Amino acid sequence: MPDLLEVKAIDAFYGDFQALFGVSLSVEAGQIIAVIGANGAGKSTLLKTIAGLMRPRQGEILFEGMPVTGTPAFDVVSRGIALVPEGRRLFPSLTVEENLLIGGQSHRPGPWTIARIYELFPMLAERRHLPAPALSGGQQQMAAIGRALMANPQLLLCDEISLGLAPIVVRDIYAQLPQIVAEGLSLIIVEQDIAQALRAASRVYCLQEGRVALNGPARELTREMISAAYFGV
Amino acid sequence: MSRVEHATPSSRVGVALIALALVVLAVAPYWSDRQTLRLLAEIYAFVALASLWNLLAGYAGLVSVGQQAFVGLGGYVLFALAILLGVHPIAAILIAGPIGALVAIPVAALIFRLRGAYFAIGTWVVAEVFRLLASQVSVLGGGSGISLPAAVVVAMAPSRQMREFEIYWLALTLTVIALGAIVILLRSRHGLALTAIRDNELAAQSNGIDVWRIKFIVYVLTAFGTAMIGALIFLQKLRISPDTAFSVNDWTAFVIFITVIGGIGRIEGPIVGTIVFFLLRQALADLGSLYLLMMGAVAIVVMLWAPKGLWGMIAERLGWQALPLQRHLVFEKEAEGKQ
Amino acid sequence: MQWFNIVLQGVLIGGLYAMFAAGLSLIFGVMRLVNIAHGDLIVLAAYVSLVVTQAMGVDPLTSLLLVVPVMAVIGYALQRGLLNRTLGDDLLPPLLVTFGLSIIIQNGLLELFTADSRRLQAGAIEVQAFELLQGVWIGVLPLLQFAIAVAVIAGLQILFYRTALGRAFRATSDDPSVAQLMGLDTRHVFAMAMALSLAVIAIAGVFLAVRTNFDPAIGPARLIFGFEAVIIGGLGSMWGTLAGGIILGVSQAIGAQIDPGWQLLAGHIVFLAILAARPQGFFPKVSG
Repeated sequence: MPDLLEVKAIDAFYGDFQALFGVSLSVEAGQIIAVIGANGAGKSTLLKTIAGLMRPRQGEILFEGMPVTGTPAFDVVSRGIALVPEGRRLFPSLTVEENLLIGGQSHRPGPWTIARIYELFPMLAERRHLPAPALSGGQQQMAAIGRALMANPQLLLCDEISLGLAPIVVRDIYAQLPQIVAEGLSLIIVEQDIAQALRAASRVYCLQEGRVALNGPARELTREMISAAYFGV
Repeated sequence: MSRVEHATPSSRVGVALIALALVVLAVAPYWSDRQTLRLLAEIYAFVALASLWNLLAGYAGLVSVGQQAFVGLGGYVLFALAILLGVHPIAAILIAGPIGALVAIPVAALIFRLRGAYFAIGTWVVAEVFRLLASQVSVLGGGSGISLPAAVVVAMAPSRQMREFEIYWLALTLTVIALGAIVILLRSRHGLALTAIRDNELAAQSNGIDVWRIKFIVYVLTAFGTAMIGALIFLQKLRISPDTAFSVNDWTAFVIFITVIGGIGRIEGPIVGTIVFFLLRQALADLGSLYLLMMGAVAIVVMLWAPKGLWGMIAERLGWQALPLQRHLVFEKEAEGKQ
Repeated sequence: MQWFNIVLQGVLIGGLYAMFAAGLSLIFGVMRLVNIAHGDLIVLAAYVSLVVTQAMGVDPLTSLLLVVPVMAVIGYALQRGLLNRTLGDDLLPPLLVTFGLSIIIQNGLLELFTADSRRLQAGAIEVQAFELLQGVWIGVLPLLQFAIAVAVIAGLQILFYRTALGRAFRATSDDPSVAQLMGLDTRHVFAMAMALSLAVIAIAGVFLAVRTNFDPAIGPARLIFGFEAVIIGGLGSMWGTLAGGIILGVSQAIGAQIDPGWQLLAGHIVFLAILAARPQGFFPKVSG
């Protein structure tokens, strides 16, 4: 069966600065992949390129067997890929509920509705009419995930959802992961918290200065292998 | 030990050419006719106005669509001083500068509360207020305006030819002084700050540059120069009215087009732009409002596809500078080694 | 009583100024763009109405049925084709391009229609008036215009805060990048905002054409009135814009009463005074 997502040797640039060098990655249906690496390794760049916010200069990206290389972000969403951006980035002028509603703007059919998001994250329901900035960091992260789920994606990209959050909050969020992927949603999570990443994912990619330094099943990777790949020693 | 040098190979050529041009132009009254002299004086005035606007918008980031406020102010100061107080016209022109600067201080205090495009419209409102106030001053002709009395005109020089020569040399001198002042400003520490503001205002501020103080000073200095040029322009026209003095088309639209087409943010831009503008005007004179329409279209096209203007494109491609404004550090050891 | 009458007239024309301002304010709110050609587009709408009323023999208010969609389409095309290219961090391109546009529209209209002053006739409704209180008369047309202005502003509020399109506007204004992740094509969203702005401009233009004489050169003054109303009322607030328009209208009316030549000046002076004393306006929601 073809992979859900195939990223083939992409190069990505910010102006003249090259951020990704020939990065390849693949995700099967229903799989959870973790992408780890030091700051500046290119993890966010990789997600942004898959989501269509950036175009790769070389290489191609196939989703469900069809090319999405260079497809603009607003089209990529309707194909079935949703991104939870780094830093949450809820819309400050919108309430919690409006943020969720706008997540469903692309009207893709699927199991996720506002009611289900509120079931998943009850504290959002309690705060639904508050402006987004009034929420705590953890609540904002849940809202951002809910907003992305409203697009009923096949593939969810999560960019550093643990960033800036207390460990207990992070654990609460990750505790919902099984419910999120219950219907077969695939996930790519970019994480600074390596232990969390290894617990959640079945396969891990490690990026180092824009290149894939390591990739393998989570349970086969040792501390030493990861350190070596992470720091490039 | 090290020092800062400003010249580059191309700027040496540029300075030489400009010096030569100045000599030729200085003696223009002796080799050209009356019409050409008037045209040249008009060109100088636009070069000066555009250079001042360029300093304001291209370097200090203050886009004004209301500089006609100071052009008209200068004109009315000239007429007021000459007609009401019997001041010699040339002295009046020189006084118009400081008066323009003084008026600019409270104006700036008000409109600096606005940012970006709202600031621009604010400058327009100020110009409108000046225009409306001028229409209320009946002793200077109110809404229909006034002509410069013969007595005042004759006070400048006995013969018409001599007066034309005087106005021409005055125009040339004022323009050279204005440009010279701009070059000196840009070569100074403040000029370095301005160039930094032009390139990246936020970065300039975080490097300790007092951005607002510099913008304020530039606004006031620009008003100074613009008022003087305005006085000169209306001395040449011999007649003033609120609509001509504060005309958006004449003193802002044309100036903006000149600077955009020539190249914003570079000192040579307005000079190139003025030449292009006047060539186009000669070529398209009969087209009336179509001419303005085309200028608008050209400005849009240039702004979107060649935002650095004609000179900007040339300078970037060839690395030219007509005037010594670059800064590079020369180390003494280097200099010795070259001997 | 006479002063009451004057203030009343000022309030009613304030509604028209608020409409000038509403389109300006909308665009600034959604994409931080100030359209210098705004006033000239109002005049363009007046001329479009002129053409429609002459060609189809209808009255100006009926012509709105055609003028509004025509202007909306022009707005969409203008944004998508030209103004979207000017958006970005640099201040100069949108300012200079819309300035160039202003010059083009003014001179284009001059070429097509000459500088002759025009006026649209609305028929009997122009002279109808009723006595509100003893000695106080209100014209039916000015009252109708004011009512429609209030309705337009209320409509815009509802649209912005209670519809999906309004959500899209606010989200795109907050964060265009993340808005794309929601499936919003920002080029389209901006163009819709401009189309909406021009629809409001169309209504304002037709009202202007019925109320006063117009010619190609009066655009900039309308821009200035709209701008002053926005600043007086406070950036980002639609109802503030209505208040700003009313304050401006009343100032002008009082000024005109003191001396006819002081009408415009009075408005500008009140604007400058408010800028000096309370630069954020009376009901600000966002900072400039």
